[in-house]
Amino acid sequence: MSVLVYVEQVDGKFKKSVFEAVSYAKAIADQKSTNLSAISIGNVEESELKALGTYGASKVLQVSNDQIKDFINQAYASVIAEAAKSESADIVVLSNSFSGKGLAPRIAVKLQAGLIDGAVELPNTEGGKFAVKKTAFSGKAFAITELTSEIKVIALNPNAFGVKENATEIAIETFSPEIKPTDLNAIIKEIVRATNKVSLPDAELVVSAGRGLKGPENWGMIEELANLLGAATACSKPVSDADWRPHAEHVGQTGIAISPNLYIAIGISGAIQHLAGVSSSKVIVVINKDPEAPFFKVADYGIVGDAFEVVPKLIEALKSHKG
Amino acid sequence: MKILVCISNVPDTTTKITFTSDNTQFNTAGVQFIVNPYDEIALSKAIELCDGGKGKVTVVNVGESQTDPTIRKALAIGADDAVRINAFPRDAYFVAYQIAEYAKTQDFDMILCGRESIDYNGAQVAAMLGEFLDLPSISIIKKLEYDGSTATIDREIEGGKEVVTVTGKFVASCAEGTAEPKIPNMRGIMSARSKPLEVIEAKDLAAVSNIQKFETPPSRGAVKLIPSDDPSKLIDLLHQEAKVI
Repeated sequence: MSVLVYVEQVDGKFKKSVFEAVSYAKAIADQKSTNLSAISIGNVEESELKALGTYGASKVLQVSNDQIKDFINQAYASVIAEAAKSESADIVVLSNSFSGKGLAPRIAVKLQAGLIDGAVELPNTEGGKFAVKKTAFSGKAFAITELTSEIKVIALNPNAFGVKENATEIAIETFSPEIKPTDLNAIIKEIVRATNKVSLPDAELVVSAGRGLKGPENWGMIEELANLLGAATACSKPVSDADWRPHAEHVGQTGIAISPNLYIAIGISGAIQHLAGVSSSKVIVVINKDPEAPFFKVADYGIVGDAFEVVPKLIEALKSHKG
Repeated sequence: MKILVCISNVPDTTTKITFTSDNTQFNTAGVQFIVNPYDEIALSKAIELCDGGKGKVTVVNVGESQTDPTIRKALAIGADDAVRINAFPRDAYFVAYQIAEYAKTQDFDMILCGRESIDYNGAQVAAMLGEFLDLPSISIIKKLEYDGSTATIDREIEGGKEVVTVTGKFVASCAEGTAEPKIPNMRGIMSARSKPLEVIEAKDLAAVSNIQKFETPPSRGAVKLIPSDDPSKLIDLLHQEAKVI
């Protein structure tokens, strides 16, 4: 019984979250004293596929089929389930990305497998059980969930495990499963992706702002700070509700949950729903003029002050830090 | 046009989450339950698509009788009728299976769900339904247009969007932006009481998962305050102490 990891490519490249999923899957393979295989769908160059060996994959199944060069979850799920069968994998790992969320449940049903989505730790296999810690209640809690099915699917949260090198000799094999025409009913017309911006769910650093900014015209300094740090920008719910910023930037209980290394919250008071989405950030910085703002209670560092005075000074300080 | 909307019964977003029985049970004492906010978006979209007699919206919930008030809330928002599959919703696999078994007996043009539930955060039911019913499933959508046979959908991806078209039946899970959440009016609330709510029994299915225990996140130490006139100290701390920049 082996471990299989699905490696999602974007324009022929693997992102850090993929190497993280490979590192995590390798650690599970080591727990079970078995091998790790990867499955890649789409056109990826050999040098990029070989990079998967750096993190512990000893084999990669490469699917190059123009019918499925774009992500169609129905067809991709079929291919990955076929790969799991061909590799006799009893554990399938993937990243809990937007595509992963649409894919993992389909794979689980195909393999009659239990699914952990949003895993944050390695499985605990004490007593012959298989339990994984996952986020629950939108970051307000964790649920240690046991899977009792023979085959198990795990979707790993970005930034939860980290990338760990584990150099392994890797073999590349072509894999050509048949594609059912009914798996191709959804057609991708267009992909729009901002390439010059850090995407929020993957971001290690996030600069976020709230109603304290008073209006969308004041986001210039937030973007400047984010650019200097190489951070993604985010916002609170009232800000996206007012259309000051796009919905995709809304973090919190009804937006997206993130766990970056650094979260800087500017002019956000810290309502319980907002805190839920960001509480698993490693370091939290809060800048708010109200010393009673609830956000300070869960922050590591804080500045009590007016964002319009503090942020420009912070930008200057950062510029001189970077020299 | 017939649309099925799957709704879950979840604690209000302001709930402070606590557990009982040695952290194995969610403490429901004093908790207000609501229609999962994302499911409300899916429901609002379905009502919008069927507006003006163009179709019928059915809501389905897998739950025990205490979820009836939440189902009535969905009827008040504007669903035409409701079905409750009578069982404890023990995991997403079970819920999706039950809804799929029900959907097979009906003829829905589309099935809409919320992107995830805000309690167990499983973003699983929609795609599992797609698999059980062998239909396309589009997860985490933010726009949906439908011309009666073909849907044009914006799906969220990291740093952008994908435009997907699908002809024929499909399942989708809705995120913010798909529709403005509708608020029930007095007429809706009055009529919700008399709208049909059918209760059907669940089918047997072996469990694939169970929750052993809950944990709450570790609390952080006291906040370290930096004077507002010298933010360079913050940069130093983030660089040298926290080592995140």
